[in-house]
Formats: sequence, C-alpha cells, structure tokens
Amino acid sequence: MSDKATLTIRAVRKRFGPVEVLKGINLEAGAGEFVALVGPSGCGKSTLLAMIAGLETIAEGEIRIDGRLVNAVPPKDRDIAMVFQSYALYPTMTARRNITFGMESRGVPKAEQDAAVKRVAGLLQIEPLLGRKPGQLSGGQRQRVAMGRALVRDPKLFLFDEPLSNLDAKLRVDMRTEIKKLHQRVGKTTVYVTHDQIEAMTLASRIAVMHQGAIQQFDEPAVVYARPANMFVAGFMGSPSMNFMPATLVDVEGRPAARVALDGGGSVDLPLGFTPARRPAKVILGVRPEHLFRFDAELKARKPWLASLTAPVELVEPTGAETMAILKLGERDIVGRFDPDGAPRLGEVLPLGIDMSHACLFDCADETLIPRVAA
Amino acid sequence: MADAAFTAEFAQAQRVEARRYALGRLGVYAFLGFFAILYLLPLLVVVANSFREMPEITQNGLIAFPRSFSFKAWPNAWAHYCVQGTCEGVHRNFYNSLIMTVPATLVSTMLGAINGYVLSKWRFRGSEALFVCMTLGVFMPGQVALMPWAFILGRLHLSNSVYGLMFVHCVQGLSFTTLFCRNYYLSIPDDLIKAARIDGAGFWRIFFKIVLPLSPPILIVTVIWQFTGIWNEYLFGVVFTGGTQQPITASLVSLATTVMNARAYDVTAAAVLIGALPPLLIYLFGGKYFVRGLTQGAIK
Repeated sequence: MSDKATLTIRAVRKRFGPVEVLKGINLEAGAGEFVALVGPSGCGKSTLLAMIAGLETIAEGEIRIDGRLVNAVPPKDRDIAMVFQSYALYPTMTARRNITFGMESRGVPKAEQDAAVKRVAGLLQIEPLLGRKPGQLSGGQRQRVAMGRALVRDPKLFLFDEPLSNLDAKLRVDMRTEIKKLHQRVGKTTVYVTHDQIEAMTLASRIAVMHQGAIQQFDEPAVVYARPANMFVAGFMGSPSMNFMPATLVDVEGRPAARVALDGGGSVDLPLGFTPARRPAKVILGVRPEHLFRFDAELKARKPWLASLTAPVELVEPTGAETMAILKLGERDIVGRFDPDGAPRLGEVLPLGIDMSHACLFDCADETLIPRVAA
Repeated sequence: MADAAFTAEFAQAQRVEARRYALGRLGVYAFLGFFAILYLLPLLVVVANSFREMPEITQNGLIAFPRSFSFKAWPNAWAHYCVQGTCEGVHRNFYNSLIMTVPATLVSTMLGAINGYVLSKWRFRGSEALFVCMTLGVFMPGQVALMPWAFILGRLHLSNSVYGLMFVHCVQGLSFTTLFCRNYYLSIPDDLIKAARIDGAGFWRIFFKIVLPLSPPILIVTVIWQFTGIWNEYLFGVVFTGGTQQPITASLVSLATTVMNARAYDVTAAAVLIGALPPLLIYLFGGKYFVRGLTQGAIK
C-alpha cells in the first residue's frame, strides 16, 4: 500500500444474507487516477462503489481515502461526490438549488456558493439551465447538472455509478468524451462503475474487471485488452469477443505451435509468435477478431507470424467502417473483423491469415493466461 | 359516375354509423342519469325538507313536492333548537367536530408521513414486521378498541371530552396514514436519499427538503381520507362523550331521537345538512386530487 494513494481498499468483503457479493477486494487508486470498475450485472461493482461512498456498511476489510480509515465515517464526511445512473436530481428544486443543496447543508456562505455555482456552470456550460427544474431538462442536460452537483464540492474522490447508461447511444458517446475532457481538466481521482467495456477502455487509466464478487484483473486498459488474465476477462473485454479454440501445444520445426483440430479428424498447426512459459497438455487458443486477415504474400512479409489456413465464410455483417465475418474453423465459428475493402464474401473459402504474435494461450484446467517467456 | 355512387354510398354508411353512435351515447347517459338520480334522491328529499315549513311537511308528508319555502329551519338548527334540555341547536357540536377533526387530521397525517418515510427509506431490522403490525390496524374494527380506549381516556382524565376524542383519532388514524405514505414513498427513488446523504443532509433535512416537497399528492389524499373519516365517525363520539362535548354526528342522533316534542323534520334536515357540509366541501375542492392521488401508483 502506498501512502500516495487517494483510495485504498484492502480485503473488503460483503455478504447479503447467505450470498457473498464481494470476496476480498483489494484495489488502489493513485492521485488523479481514473479507475473503472467493469463487469457484468451482479458482479458486485455497484456494491463496492456504495461501500466507498459509505452507503453500505463495511463488515470486513478496510477502505481508506487519502490515508484516512473511513470504515465508520458517514458519507458526508468522506469528502466524496457521486454521480448516479438515475442522476438522482432533487425533482422539486431548480438546477441551481440542486447544485447548492450540499453547500447549504454544510453551511457554506451564500457568496461562496454563488461563486462555486458560477465556476461549475461555466465548466459544464449549463448557465442557461440553472433556473430550470429537472423535469424541464433533457437526459444529457440532467447528466450535466448531476455532474455539476458533484464537481461543485471539489472532493478528494469522484464516484460515478453507470452515469451514461440512461442516455441514448449518440449522447452516450458525446458525454463519454466530455467526462474524459473534464477529468483531464479537473484531475481528480475518480472511480467509475460501468458494465460497458468500451467506456472502461476509453476513460480509465486503470481497469478493474470484476466477476462473481472478485477482481479478475486490475491493470492498464491496453494490458487488460492485449494480455487478459483469464478467459473471463478475455471474453468480456472487446466486442465482438475474443475467439477461443481448444488446441494442443506441439513443436513444429523446433518452434512451438498450437494444433487446432478441424472437422473430419484433420488439424492445423499454427506456429506461435512467442514461447509459452508453461506447456500444459490442453490449452485454449485466444485470438481477437481484428487479428484475422485475408491472407496474401505482401501481408505475410509485413507480419512474419501470420499463420496461413483456409476457412469457409458462414455469414457477413457489414457495419460500414468494418465488416464482421463468421468463419468456420474446425467445429467452431470464429469471428473476424475485416477492412470492407477485400472483406470476405458469403460462400467463399477464405484464405485466412491469423496474426499469432497477438494470440493468447489459456490453460484449459483453470482458464488462466499462460504467460510468455520474455523474448 | 362510379365515384359519385361510391361517395353517396359512403355518406349513407357514415350517417347510419353516426346515428348508431348517438343512440348508443343516449343509452349510456340515460343509464348513468337514472342511477345518479336514484342515488341522489335521499339527498334531494333532505335538502327540500330543510327549506319547507313544518306544518306543510306534516300536512303533505315527508316525501312530497315542496309547496312552501322558508329559511327558518337553518338558524333554528344552528343555534336555537332544544336537544336534551339545552336550547342551543347544533352549533356547539359542530365546533366540537371541528376542534376534534382538524388537529387529529393534521397530526395523524404528519405522523403517517414520518412513519412512512422511516419505513420506506430508513429500513432497519424488523421494520417490515413493524409495518405489517401497523397495517393490521386498518382491518381492526373500531368496536374492538372501545374498551381499551375507555380505560386509557379514564386514566388520562379525558373521558367525556372532545380532546379525548381528538387524541383517539390521532392514534386510530395512524394505520391508514402510515400505509398511504409508506407506499407512496416507495416510488421515490432511493438514489435521491443517497445523493442527499452524500450532500450532507441528515434524517430531518432530507424529510423536509426532499421528501415532503414531493408529497402533496399523497398528503391531499390522506387529509381528505382522514378528515371525512374522523368527521363522520359516530361510535367513539357517542360512547365517549355526551351533551355539550359530543361531536355533531352523535348530536344529530340525539336530535333525531329526542321525544320531548313532535319530530321537527325541517330542523332535523337542516342539521343533517350542516353536519354533512364540511366533508362535502373537502371533496368538492380536493376531489380531483383525491382521484389522481389514489390512482397515482397505477398509471404513473
């Protein structure tokens, strides 16, 4: 545990009756860091956030904010601010009163309140909305006011509980950018709960992937994406999901390769672009859709670890910017993400290239990532 | 040509349809009107009798078309008519009812709101069980509570006192007001309370600044319910009080059953109407909120 950390969570557990929703959580957020808690519903991420906020009791473990143990500190004294999924704006108050309510509760002088509202309203560009009540605001505007209410406090820690889930798709992307800009400008330590892995990837400086009450991996977005700690993380992060293929490890010309069984008893050997640290009998080969290509010699020259094989095309889904194609490999469907130029055509048997230097290997027994031996 | 024929045919069909619709409407209105009149007839008789002269009533009968007109019965019923030896009309009992009903309504509504707030937003171990116990009172008939209340009022030296009745109604109303408010407050998102807690607001500040401003729909329903319920209550009034301490419901019965002189139907009718006026006014002004509030959860 470092002393610099704004938020330190150690061995925190939580039960609701017989159900253990958090099974020993350890987490740390440094000053100015943006930590995303991401996971499917029911993984315990919102409970963890509520415990950081002081809205849920902490029975086991400890939570520190800026070094101070806050287990028994009420929410108002934790120096935090929170933005809720439902916005939680007070319906009978104007936007201005919503923003000043906390300061009123704490007895901040009126002049100081006005200055603070002015600063925050300018930052979020909500000056024209201050006189309106939440019912007269659109979803995006409500979200801004809710963020204003949090910002005005100038807290040590910002907590976001799925703040964009209630917005429509377009607005969600815009607000995501705004939150990122805002964080860059304000530079406050932030914990952000979301079930949307893209939000987590785009916003966070570190991502904690949660599943069944435990943190599966806590690392920088690029690492979580490229080197997922286990198959759950690999499958959860990224859309479409990573392709998993059962394989065995063999040696081809003295180099390690993954042997993937095909229909009819045949198999194909895919030389790995790296040396695995362990060699269990059975492994799962994980390949992200964007590492599938239409094979050609020129590409092979640029990507030396491009394994070559053929696969019939089952389904083609153009999205505009890219084209998804479902290919048949052995008994499995695998998804590839292709450039619309030269994308697979339905019915075609595609000359497929898989960039094995990005592939992941998981141990079939416990589904964890098999580390690579450093080159 | 074909077009014209088609148009004519269409117009014909339209006329038939319109007539069928009008007939249907007429049937509906006649049906509803009939039952409305049936339901209002007793009221009409009472209103008519309160403006008739006594000799004419005795001559033509209680249910007859009015042939005389007089305001005499009203001031008589209010201030002069003799009941059980005192000749003061029902005005004292009317005031008794007001003194009893207004504070009991306000206190039970306010306590119900606070109870509902606690039971919906500040749950604790056993709060659901407590809520079930409180709502059992909704199903408890008043006569079950007669003996305990007699005992308690005696101990408090509030027997035969309108203040004793007021106290009884404050407590008796709690089941209903708590049930109403608690169920309404369930629709207020918990996130609001959480946000306010983070904002540094405490139990009372959240109640007064956030929950109460959201409550008018349910408070109006509760006030109407309590006011009419307490005003019209008869059993406790007649059992626990007598004479000048009686609420108007109890005194109306004394007035109607008094046998010191011939039955004064005109005065009785006026007194009944005086007694029915406050709840009637409450419904008149609050009725639309009442219906809106009762269906709030259903339509949202």
